[in-house]
Amino acid sequence: MLEAIAFYVLASVAVLSAFAVVSARNPVHSVLFLILTFFNAAGLFVLLGAEFLAMLLVVVYVGAVAVLFLFVVMMLDVDFVELKQGFLSYMPLGGLVGVVLLGEMLLVTSAVRTSGAFSDRPTALPEGVTNAERIGRVLYTDYLFLFQLAGLVLFVAMIGAIVLTLRKRDGIKRQDVSKQVGRTRKQGVELKDVRPGQGLG
Amino acid sequence: MGPLIAEFGPVWGFWAGVGQILLIMIMLLLSLAFLLLFDRKVWAAVQLRKGPNVVGPFGLFQSFADFLKFVLKEIVIPAGANKTVFILAPLITFTLAFAAWAVIPIAPGWVIANLNVGILYLFAISSLGVYGIIMGGWASNSKYPFLGGLRSAAQMVSYEVSIGFILITVLVLVGSLNITDIVENQRGSILRWHAFAWPTVFVMFPMLVMFFISALAETNRPPFDLPEAESELVAGYQVEYSSTPYLLFMIGEYLNITLMCAMINILFLGGWHLPWGPIESLGLPDWATPIAGFAVFYAKLWVMFFMFAMVKAIVPRYRYDQLMRIGWKIFLPTSLVAVAVAAGYVAYFGRPAIAAVAGG
Repeated sequence: MLEAIAFYVLASVAVLSAFAVVSARNPVHSVLFLILTFFNAAGLFVLLGAEFLAMLLVVVYVGAVAVLFLFVVMMLDVDFVELKQGFLSYMPLGGLVGVVLLGEMLLVTSAVRTSGAFSDRPTALPEGVTNAERIGRVLYTDYLFLFQLAGLVLFVAMIGAIVLTLRKRDGIKRQDVSKQVGRTRKQGVELKDVRPGQGLG
Repeated sequence: MGPLIAEFGPVWGFWAGVGQILLIMIMLLLSLAFLLLFDRKVWAAVQLRKGPNVVGPFGLFQSFADFLKFVLKEIVIPAGANKTVFILAPLITFTLAFAAWAVIPIAPGWVIANLNVGILYLFAISSLGVYGIIMGGWASNSKYPFLGGLRSAAQMVSYEVSIGFILITVLVLVGSLNITDIVENQRGSILRWHAFAWPTVFVMFPMLVMFFISALAETNRPPFDLPEAESELVAGYQVEYSSTPYLLFMIGEYLNITLMCAMINILFLGGWHLPWGPIESLGLPDWATPIAGFAVFYAKLWVMFFMFAMVKAIVPRYRYDQLMRIGWKIFLPTSLVAVAVAAGYVAYFGRPAIAAVAGG
């Protein structure tokens, strides 16, 4: 009973806020609704008993990724009236994607309804084994190489992003911390003997 | 709340749970009133001033007078502000600051929710804290708050990374994400506390220091209070806030500092255990042990808060690029190495012996 109420509340808020992400006029509001969607998805994970995944979703997506989204969207000066102009011209393509997704979802649900899921579907956790432990066991044994590969891909992407934005410019002042710290009094201070009435000229 | 419902039935169990939550909230708010005063008194003492000393004996009621002042004033919302987000931001900060306390065990057995992923929950909630600030900064529709909000977002996201790695070193040594397990893993004298346990002290004591500094940055405390650096940004993201919304920001901020003190306490300094032995070694009856445990926990909390206050009083503010440099170029690699060392230690020598006793 309580679970059903929780599910319907979380699910409906998730769907409504997902709709608000695309329909909100203000881009910052869009991102805030996106965060609400993530949050409700995390709640759904908790209902499924996957509290570790829920926390990861909050930490990674809400705590880091969405902050960067918000960061960028706040600083961009987007003219939304102009952007909304060609909204309808994307309709055929968007509609096509939507129909394909709907078809796939129907296919999956009907396949599971009629012939059941695959036989090695996850069973309930044995007593005393936590979520995190279970995921860790699978991730670092069966899927070790894929896991490391994913990490490598992210690493390369990060280096790529840095390389793309790094540019060397001449003639600008740069700070070198070791130089600043290693500076002695002799290099930093120069004593001048100023005669009265003459100045340093 | 689950065990309470099992014990008292659905209706009374629910209300018992609500009562527990209210009790902890009232305890926190009252502590906060005196912690705020303590902060100001410490700061004053360092500067050879007297600090607040007018309201009540020794100025003890100063915080309550401030509270009334904030509540009774008018809320000013700037004309160009985004009203909903403007009001939402302090509420988010305030709510999240309290939400994090749901998993903090303040004495043996005294915890609202004993989650299996407690430490991750804490991490998740504290990583959400940035939204209140960034939303407040943006919704004010003014340059200083906006710059303050952006600075703060960058700062908090950066230091979360090192805090995360430091948490992992502790988790690897304990082998559990449950906060009560983490405290019970330190059962025993001061030599069992994570910060001082032999031989991991070489890794964990530096981690304690780094966690403390990262906590300063994460809570926007001086010397890392750049989001509200008054010499550059007036008051940062709080410029446009007045009366109650400002109060909510303030309470949220101080509650986060208190939470960080509690986290240092739980992760490194043995939680509710005494320096010379576990809390049970006092030989108190069963009903009194949690009370004594709470007293120990609370005393350690105040000591940690004293450290925070002293840092605020004596350390000059950092420059922003220096702050970022410390976070990304020093803390991140160091804590990453520490994770590797701690994991290597556990892999080759097993967990420190006590884990077998407390884990069960």
